[in-house]
Amino acid sequence: MIRRVPWALLIFLAAFSVPALGSRFYTFLANDVLIWALFATSLNLLVGYTGLVSFGHAAYFGIGAYTTGILMKSGGVPFLLAFPAAGAFAGLCALVFGFFCVRLTRIYFAMLTLAFAQITWAICFKWNEVTGGEQGMPDIPYPAFDWVDRLASAIPAIGGYRTSDYYYFTCLIAVGVCLAVLRRIVLSPFGRMLTTIRENAERAEFIGVNVRRYELAAFVVAGAFAGLAGGLFGIFNRGVFPDFAYWTKSSEVLIMTLLGGMGTFYGPAVGALVLIWLNQQIVSYTEYWPLILGTILVLLLFVFPGGLAGAVATVSRRLARRPARA
Amino acid sequence: MGARWPVSMPDLSFIVAQSLSGLTAAMFLFLIASGLSLIFGVLRVLNFAHGTFYMLGAYTTYQFVQWLGPGPGTFWMAALGAALAVALLGGLVERFLFHRLYVKEELYQLLFTYALVLILSDVAKILWGTQQKSVGRPRGLTGSLNVFGITLPAYNLFILLLGPAIAITFWFVLQRTRAGRFIRAAALDRETLGALGVNVDRLYTGVFMVASFLGGLGGALITPMRAVVPGMDTDVIVDAFVVVVIGGLGSFWGTFLGAVIYGQVLSFGILFFPRFSIFAIFALMAAVLILRPWGLLGRPLS
Repeated sequence: MIRRVPWALLIFLAAFSVPALGSRFYTFLANDVLIWALFATSLNLLVGYTGLVSFGHAAYFGIGAYTTGILMKSGGVPFLLAFPAAGAFAGLCALVFGFFCVRLTRIYFAMLTLAFAQITWAICFKWNEVTGGEQGMPDIPYPAFDWVDRLASAIPAIGGYRTSDYYYFTCLIAVGVCLAVLRRIVLSPFGRMLTTIRENAERAEFIGVNVRRYELAAFVVAGAFAGLAGGLFGIFNRGVFPDFAYWTKSSEVLIMTLLGGMGTFYGPAVGALVLIWLNQQIVSYTEYWPLILGTILVLLLFVFPGGLAGAVATVSRRLARRPARA
Repeated sequence: MGARWPVSMPDLSFIVAQSLSGLTAAMFLFLIASGLSLIFGVLRVLNFAHGTFYMLGAYTTYQFVQWLGPGPGTFWMAALGAALAVALLGGLVERFLFHRLYVKEELYQLLFTYALVLILSDVAKILWGTQQKSVGRPRGLTGSLNVFGITLPAYNLFILLLGPAIAITFWFVLQRTRAGRFIRAAALDRETLGALGVNVDRLYTGVFMVASFLGGLGGALITPMRAVVPGMDTDVIVDAFVVVVIGGLGSFWGTFLGAVIYGQVLSFGILFFPRFSIFAIFALMAAVLILRPWGLLGRPLS
């Protein structure tokens, strides 16, 4: 048996070559995938690992996007402060909202997360002075990259990158670090306990676990990372809009998570990749992307309930079971 | 938008007018939300596609009116036909697709109904385009009436009377008929009901059809008042969720109360805090869920 290949690390390193190898368009696409991968992975911590079905995860994405956007555009705060602030503020809101949500079970939990998300959306939609209201906040500035540019041009064979390429690298590093942290969390005793709660909350309670506190902690962590994804997305999108927090966004990210496979760590990231790539392919043929997406979803639910990860596992198990013939 | 009314001048007829407009909105919400609540009460599923059935009811009414042409009674035939068509669609969806998901987790059921939202709203776009459609008021209800010194369109008055009429009929069916007793029994304990020899599968299909009928009827009847546009489904479903949550998921009179509260909060909220009336609605929903998750008139789930 050979040593396990560190696929995640290899893919991370390979992703640095996208702006050099691919066109501007592919860099854009890869950047989109990165951010959604983080957003979907943060949701997976709740839905896949803890078994809490949130229908309002877009709230924290939106809060993060507005936090970074407002700080950078109106406050002139540098990215290095405005980006962590998105996570901090989204995490804080998740703490307040989650405090109430984790007291409820199943359908009521989902409804309350939805209610809080709609409250967030309503505030973003109407608070014109701060959030720009219905029109949103266009023209969020890119982080200042002039010093990076100077540094890069000093080294031969590098340089010649656009600002959007630098932003892609920034996102790649930020998402890479966030995913690494999330992976540590999932594999830690805390993460194991979340899975225990998912499997049997009652039994977890019996062995002396404060289930609510664990669920709340998971809610806050998931909210904070969704906020970080939102912070990155606002700049990437060159604007922040109220529909970032609308309930249909929460469904979209839930579909990504399901497509990739809930409860597998890299599943949601793969789901983000596949969905965004498919969208890109299909939109050039037809405007009816929701129709295709809905059909994919129905197929997933009826044929591959484990998502792509589940489908791969099923296929490989079948292949393994087949006796080797000469 | 944005104009604040003079709060210092409590004009009575104005308040009545405002509250009547809130009630009219409430009657539509009641029609839609009662179907949602019925499905939740019996099947324990939140049906995101219910708003889409409402939208399809509106589009189908428009289509039938186009086919039937002008004439007395065509609107009513179109509205009824549309509601029946939507009920049939709901029945087919339940029988052939949704039915298979009852054994699976709630999340799969929710996502399936969301998949229906995506698919059916695009089908509506393919069939009717993205231009807004409108339907004229039915004959005999085009004028307006003077009630308590306020001018009220006759059609709104009709809706104000129809809402309670449907509520009472619905309540009567649930409480006094054999089918209604089965539905209530299924909400309490589906397995025992099945063991007693009732065809629970068929009952579920029936419940889904009735609920879809109510959603479709809501959409059909709103066409003379509001333009039919894409996107009316995703907005209305959230409103309907708010209504059933406030009143109590699965509670019949709770849905009625929730709809009335929603209508009043919205129509008065717009007067006093024009900017934050939507906020007030969702805050109310959150408050109910926090303090009394089973709603104002609902019963806690066992």
